[in-house]
Amino acid sequence: MQSYSAFSLFKQALGGHAGWQRQWRSPQPKTEYDVIIVGAGGHGLATAHYLAKEHGITNVAVLEKGWLGGGNTGRNTTIIRSNYLFDESAALYEHALKLWEGLSQDLNYNVMYSPRGVLMLAHNIHDVQIFKRHVHANRLNGIDNEWLNAEECKAFCPPLNVGGAMRYPILGGALQRRGGTARHDAVAWGYARAADARGVDIIENCEVTGIRRSVNGAVEGVETSRGFIRAKKVGVAAAGHTSVVLGMAGVRLPLESYPLQALVSEPVKPAFPCVVMSNTIHAYISQSDKGEMVIGAGTDAYTSYSQRGALHIANHTLDAICELVPMFRRLRMLRSWGGIVDVTPDRSPIIARTAVPGLYVNCGWGTGGFKATPGSGHVFAWTIARDEPHRINAPFTIERFRDGILIDETAAAAVAH
Amino acid sequence: MSGRFRTPSGGRVDRDKPVRFSFDGKSYQGVAGDTLASALLANGVHLVGRSFKYHRPRGIVTAGSDEPNALVGVGADDAHYTPNMRATQIEIHEGLVAESQNRWPSLGFDVGAVNEVFAPFLSAGFYYKTFMWPPAAWKKIYEPLIRRAAGLGRAPAKPDTDRYTQVYAHCDVLVIGAGPAGLAAALAASAIGAKVFLCDEQAEMGGSLLSEKTTTIDGLLADDWTARTLAALAARANVMLMPRTTAFGWYPHNFLGLCERITDHLAKADPKLPRERLWQVRAKEVVLATGALERPLVFPDNDRPGIMMAEAARIYANRFGVVPGETAVIFAACDSAYRAALDLKAAGVAVAAIADLRTAPGGVWVDRARAAGMEVREATVVTGTSGRLRIDSVNLGKLGTDGRVGSSETIACDLLLMSGGFTPSVHLFSQSRGKLVYDEALRAFLPGTSVERERSVGACRGILDLEAVLNDGTVGGSGAAQAAGFAGAANRAFAVDSDSVGSDGFIGVTPHGGDPSRTRAWIDFQNDVTENDVRLAIREGFRSIEHVKRYTTTGMATDQGKTSNMNALGLVSQTLEIPVPRVGLTTFRPPYTPMTFGIFAGQSRGELFDPLRETPIHEWAAAQGAVFEDVGLWRRAHYFPQPGEDMHAAVARECKATRQAVGIFDGSTLGKIEVVGKDAAELLNRIYTNAWTRLEPGRLRYGVMLREEGFVMDDGVVARMAPDRFHITTTTGGASRVLAMMEDYIQTEWPDLDVWLTSTTEEWAVIAVQGPLSRKVLEPLVEGIDLSREAMPHMSVREGKICGVPTRLFRVSFTGELGFEVNVPAGYGRAVWEAIFTAGQAYGITPYGTETMHVLRAEKGFIIVGQETDGTVTPDDCGLGWAIGKAKKDFVGKRSLARPAMTAGDRKQLVGLLTVDPKTVLEVGAQVVADPDQPIPMTMLGHVTSSYWSATLDRSIALALVRGGRARIGTRLSVPMPDGPIAVQPVEPVFYDSKGARLDV
Amino acid sequence: MLLITCPHCGPRAELEFSYGGEAHIARPVDPASLDDDSWAVFLFERSNPRGVHAERWRHLHGCGRFFNVLRDTVSDTIVASYPAGQPRPALSPDGKGTTR
Repeated sequence: MQSYSAFSLFKQALGGHAGWQRQWRSPQPKTEYDVIIVGAGGHGLATAHYLAKEHGITNVAVLEKGWLGGGNTGRNTTIIRSNYLFDESAALYEHALKLWEGLSQDLNYNVMYSPRGVLMLAHNIHDVQIFKRHVHANRLNGIDNEWLNAEECKAFCPPLNVGGAMRYPILGGALQRRGGTARHDAVAWGYARAADARGVDIIENCEVTGIRRSVNGAVEGVETSRGFIRAKKVGVAAAGHTSVVLGMAGVRLPLESYPLQALVSEPVKPAFPCVVMSNTIHAYISQSDKGEMVIGAGTDAYTSYSQRGALHIANHTLDAICELVPMFRRLRMLRSWGGIVDVTPDRSPIIARTAVPGLYVNCGWGTGGFKATPGSGHVFAWTIARDEPHRINAPFTIERFRDGILIDETAAAAVAH
Repeated sequence: MSGRFRTPSGGRVDRDKPVRFSFDGKSYQGVAGDTLASALLANGVHLVGRSFKYHRPRGIVTAGSDEPNALVGVGADDAHYTPNMRATQIEIHEGLVAESQNRWPSLGFDVGAVNEVFAPFLSAGFYYKTFMWPPAAWKKIYEPLIRRAAGLGRAPAKPDTDRYTQVYAHCDVLVIGAGPAGLAAALAASAIGAKVFLCDEQAEMGGSLLSEKTTTIDGLLADDWTARTLAALAARANVMLMPRTTAFGWYPHNFLGLCERITDHLAKADPKLPRERLWQVRAKEVVLATGALERPLVFPDNDRPGIMMAEAARIYANRFGVVPGETAVIFAACDSAYRAALDLKAAGVAVAAIADLRTAPGGVWVDRARAAGMEVREATVVTGTSGRLRIDSVNLGKLGTDGRVGSSETIACDLLLMSGGFTPSVHLFSQSRGKLVYDEALRAFLPGTSVERERSVGACRGILDLEAVLNDGTVGGSGAAQAAGFAGAANRAFAVDSDSVGSDGFIGVTPHGGDPSRTRAWIDFQNDVTENDVRLAIREGFRSIEHVKRYTTTGMATDQGKTSNMNALGLVSQTLEIPVPRVGLTTFRPPYTPMTFGIFAGQSRGELFDPLRETPIHEWAAAQGAVFEDVGLWRRAHYFPQPGEDMHAAVARECKATRQAVGIFDGSTLGKIEVVGKDAAELLNRIYTNAWTRLEPGRLRYGVMLREEGFVMDDGVVARMAPDRFHITTTTGGASRVLAMMEDYIQTEWPDLDVWLTSTTEEWAVIAVQGPLSRKVLEPLVEGIDLSREAMPHMSVREGKICGVPTRLFRVSFTGELGFEVNVPAGYGRAVWEAIFTAGQAYGITPYGTETMHVLRAEKGFIIVGQETDGTVTPDDCGLGWAIGKAKKDFVGKRSLARPAMTAGDRKQLVGLLTVDPKTVLEVGAQVVADPDQPIPMTMLGHVTSSYWSATLDRSIALALVRGGRARIGTRLSVPMPDGPIAVQPVEPVFYDSKGARLDV
Repeated sequence: MLLITCPHCGPRAELEFSYGGEAHIARPVDPASLDDDSWAVFLFERSNPRGVHAERWRHLHGCGRFFNVLRDTVSDTIVASYPAGQPRPALSPDGKGTTR
C-alpha cells in the first residue's frame, strides 16, 4: 500500500500528483471466496479489513449494489460516543471508541476522528437522574462521562441558550470528552483502501439477488447482478436493507426500516465547539471541519425505504435547534437528506450467527451505527472467522428477543411519572 | 447618476430613485430595482469575495440564485446578520449594509491568499493523506487550523430578533416559476377555473422576458406582454401571485415547501411583519416551469473577477441598465452568447473578439455578430487569462482538427463572457422522485417518468425557443387543470417574433493544450475544485460521480453544483471515456436554494415551543410562591417554599405537616379514562394484570398494566362506579399512551367487546387531602357522603357533593396516611381547592408539591412507574408480584412473563437501601456493587432509583433495583462514588408504618 | 407529509394520524398455548417489505378509528385504505391499485 504522509504528499505535489495510485482496485468478481460480505458500508468494509488483518482471511469479497460508502455511512451525522448505560452496550461502543482513537494510524488514512466532546443535555429532573445514572455506570465501567451543571454546560459550549427563555430550560448535561465526530466518507475509504491492500476484492455495482443454500441448508454462495459467486460464509452488513437480503435465505428478523433525516447548514466560521445532543427536545448538532452545522432529526413515524423524510420532521428538529441556539435562526439549511435505519424491538443491534449455517448478520443499529463502525466490524469479523461470537457481541443475538433478554437503552430512559 | 457603468436609459430600474448602501464599509449609490450585484457592477466593483480554499479574488458570475462566487454577509447588527447571501439575489434598499467574507484584513489584500503558494500541496483530499502524526496533534493543532481556514461567512453572534411564520395552503395547480412557460401555464390553468398559485423566487415575475429588448409576443414587446399578463392574472380571483417565493422542497404526495421573503428588501419594514414565511402547499397538480441555467465553460484561470456568464451580462445590460465592463471578449459554445454580445454592444460595450469553440458556427446570430463588425474566431478556445483583482487579458488558441491547441494570441479586455449552453433546472422534478433521462443532443438530463402528479414545461424540459416555450406552458397549464378536475382547454397559440438560439453547448473542460496538472481550470468556483482535482480523484479510483463529488467536494458548495455539476460529469465522462449517464448523477436534495432555519421553526420558540399544560389550581400555586417542574407537557408544583426556605427545608416541613396533621396536593395531572359498557370489566381483565370482575361498585383497586413484552407500562387506581362503569387513573405521563393502547386492543383485537373509552384527564380536578386530620377537614364540606371509617373504608369511592359541587370522592392514600382524593369537575377545581384550604386552616393544612409526594410514597415503598421502573422491569421485579391475577388465563403481557429469563432469580429486584451513616443521602442513579475495591470495570448489581432525606424518620432512605436483591436483604453492599464508597444495607422497601396501621383509622 | 385517506373521514394530512405498525398480525387467541419461538414471532417479527406494506393507522385527531393502508415503502405511494377487520385487498397487476 502506498504510504500516506506529509512527506509523500510533498513528494507527489512536486510531481503534479501524477504518482498517486488507486486507493482500491475495481476487480472482477472471482468464482469463489472464503467469505462474502454483503454491503460495502463502513461496517462491511471494516469487517473485511479485520478479517484480513486479525484473522488472516484475505480471500474475501465485499459486494455493494451501488458505490461503496453510499448508504448510511455517507448519510449520518458522524457522532461518536460510548457513554451507554448497560454493560453490554457500553462494552461494544467503548470497544469501538478505543479503535477510533488509533484508526487513522491503523488505516494510514486520516479519518479525522475529533474528540471534541459530546454533551447530552438534561431539560427536566427526570433527565438529570437518568444522565447521572449513566455517569455513575460509565465511571464504574471505566468510560469517561461527567456531569456538568447548567453553567458548566454554558462554559463548555458558549452558544447554548443557558439561562435564556426556554420552554424546557437546560438543567445540565452529561459530557463525554472522548466523544466527538469523524469524517464519515473517509472511514469507508480508509477501510476500503486498507482491506484492498490486504487482498480483499471490493466489488461495486454488484447487487445480491439471492442466497443459494445446499440441501442441508448451509450457505453455498450468493446470486448477484454479476453472476453467482460461491462462498461458504456470507456476512450481511446491509443496513437499511437487511430484511430484504436475509429474506433471500428465508430468515425473518425482528427489524423494521424507518426513514431518518439529517441536514446541514451553509458553512460558517467556527461557531460551535462540540457535539450537543438533546433527546428530550429531539436535536443533535455539531459543526463539521468544513464549517457546516450538521444536524440530526428524528425518524419518521412509518417504515419506508424512500430515503427521504417529511418536512414536519425537519421543522420539529429546527424548532429544537433554534431553541437551543437562538443565534443560529438566521443560518440557512443547505442540504437535507434521508437514510434508512433498521430498528430492532430493543433498538440495540444484532451481530450474530443466523439459523442458516454460514450466514451471519450485523444489523439493527437504528440511528447509532456510525459510532460503532470499527468495533462492530472487529467483532463481526471474529464471529465470521471463528463461527462463534466475540465476548463483546455475545449478548447481541437474535434469540434475545425470544428469550426476553433485551438490551433496551431507550426504555431505560423512559418517560417518568 | 448611480455609477459609471450605468447606461443612460433602458432596463427596469428607476434611475430617479437613488438608493444608498454600503459594502465593506464604503458607501455606494444604486437605484431602485437594483440587486446588490447590479449596483456594485454599476459602480465598477467586480471583486466581491474570496474563494473557500485558496482565497482567490472572485467576482460576480451570474445574475441569479445559481451564483457561486458573490457571497456576502448582510445586516447592520448582529441580531440581523446573515452570512453567505448571494449579491445577485439581494434587493438593495436604503441603509443596506453588506460585507465581503473569508478575507483578512481586507478584500483587496487577503493574507489567506498565501494558500496559493501551497496550492500544489492542497490537492483534492490532501487532508486524508496527512496530519496523522503525532496522533494527538490532529485535535490540538491541525483540526483547529483547518476549521479556522474553512467556513465562509461568520455565524451571527446574537439571537435573531426577527419572526417567522408558517402557513398551510391548498391549490389545484401550483405553477413554479413565472418565466414565459410559467406565465402561460398559469394563464391556461386559471382560464378554466383552477385555483392557481404562481410562485417565483425573484422580486419581479417574468423570468427571461424581463431581459428581452426587441422580442414581441402577439405583437407586444416582451415587457408589455409580461405586464399585461401579470395584470390579467392578478385580476383573476382564482390566482395567487407569489413573488419572492422559492419552491425549495418536494415532499411525498405533492406536498411542497415554499419560502416567501417578506421584509429583507425593505428599508423600513412594518414590525408586525415576519421576515419570512413558510408555505406548506398541498397541490393537486404541479407545473414545473423552472427554466434553465447557463453553464460556465471550464478553461485555465476561468475564475477571475470580470469573467462572467454571457447571459448574466445580458441581463445586467438589458434589465438593470448596467454594463459590466468596457471591452469584452466572448467565449462561446452556443448562439446565445452572440445574442448577449449584440445586446452588450448595443449598450456600449466594445466586443474585442468572439472565440467560438465550434468549428463552423453559423446561422442568423453569428451572421448578425459579423455584420455588427465583431471578429468571430472559429474553433478557438481560451487558454488562459491574466489580471490580479480583475481580468486584464485573455489568451486565445486555435483548436486543431486533431484536438491540439495551436497558436496563441493575447487580447486585452476587462470582461470575459462565457457560455456553455443551458442546463435545464430539473432539481424539483428529481426531488419528486421522477426519473431523469439523458438527452445526448442537449447534453442534459431531462424529466422522464413522473412519480408525483406534476408536469414540466418550457426550458426545464429542454425547450428553449420562446414561442415553443409559451405554447408548451399553455398545454401544460391546461393539462394540469384538467387533471385536477376542470373541464375545457385554453386552446391558444402565441406568436413570437424572435430567432431561436438553438441548443448547442459544451460540458466538461474545454481543450486548452496545457498540462492539466500545471494549469488550473475551475469547475466548482466556490469550493475551489479544479480540473486537476477531478482528474486526481479519478486516478485514485473514485469513479462514481458521488465519490468524485465527495472526494473533491465539487458540487457541495452553497450553490449545490448548479453551475458545476454538468461540467464535472462531462470531465469524468471525457476522462473515463464512458457516456454521461453511466457516470451517474448526484441526487438532488431539498432545499433548492439555502433556506433560513427560522422558517422551519416558525413561531415555535420559548413558551410556544411546546404546548404547556397547567392544572386548574396552577395560578393558586404560583401565587403561593410554588417552584414548578416540567413533567412532560405539564408544569407541576414541585414544592412550596416559605420565606427563607430552600427545597430541603420546605420538603421537610411539608412532609411533617402531612404526616402529623394534613397536607393538600394537586393531583389533577393524573391521567383519567372513563370506561363504560357491559364488557368494561372484561376489558380491564384483559388489560391489567389484576382481576376486576369481583370488584364491587364503590370500591377502588390498584392496577398494573404491562406491555405485551411483559414489562411494566403503567399503573394507577381504578374505581368501579357501577357494574358497567369504571373511572381509571394512569400516571401523568402515561395517560395518552394507555388510552391509545386500550383503543388499539378494543378496535383491532376485541371488536366484539361492548365498551367505550373517554379521556377525562382534563375533565376532573384532583385534590388530594392527606394526613391524620384529613377527614376532619373534609367532613363539614361534603353532602351525602359519610366519611366515617365504617361507612367509607380505605380504597372506596363515593359520589355526592363537596362545597355544593358534584364529586367522586376517593378514599385512597399515596402517602400512607388517612387520605382522600377529591375529584371535581375541572371548572370547580380552584374554588373547591380554596374552600378546602380555608377549611383546613384550623388544622394547619399545608400545600405540598411533587417532591414531598415522592418522599412520602418512598417512605411507604410505593413505586412510581418511570422512577422505579425503566421499561425493563417486570411486576415481580418491582415488588408487584401480588398484583398479578394468578388465576387469570390471559392478560396483556402474561405470556411474555412465562419466558425463562423473566423469572430468573438474579433479576434486578426492588429493595430498600439504608446508608450505614444515616445522614448520607445517596444520589439517584448511583450504582450498587458488592465489593467497592474491585478493579474497573466493576460488576454492577443495580442502581438507586429513588433517594431522599426523610424528615419523618430523621435519616436518609432509598429504593434500588439490585440483582437478586431480595436475597441480599440483611447483607452489606456498597455505592462507590468518586470520593469514596458509601456502605449501604439492603432492606425491605417499606420504611414507615409497614403494617399500614395509619391507614386503618 | 403524507396524504392519508381515512375510510371514515376522507383524505387528511399525516399529522392527524398515528402510525400503528404492520397490519393483519392477530394476537393469538390462546397465548399460553404458544411456545416461546411462536410467541416471539408474534411479538417481534415483521415482514418489513421493500414494496407494498399493509399497515395500521389511527385517525387520532379525527374519528379516532384504526384502519389499514396499503403503501409502497419505496415510493410512499398509498395504494389503498380500508377499514380495520377487512381482509387485505389484492393488488391490481400493475401494483398501482387494487382489484375490487
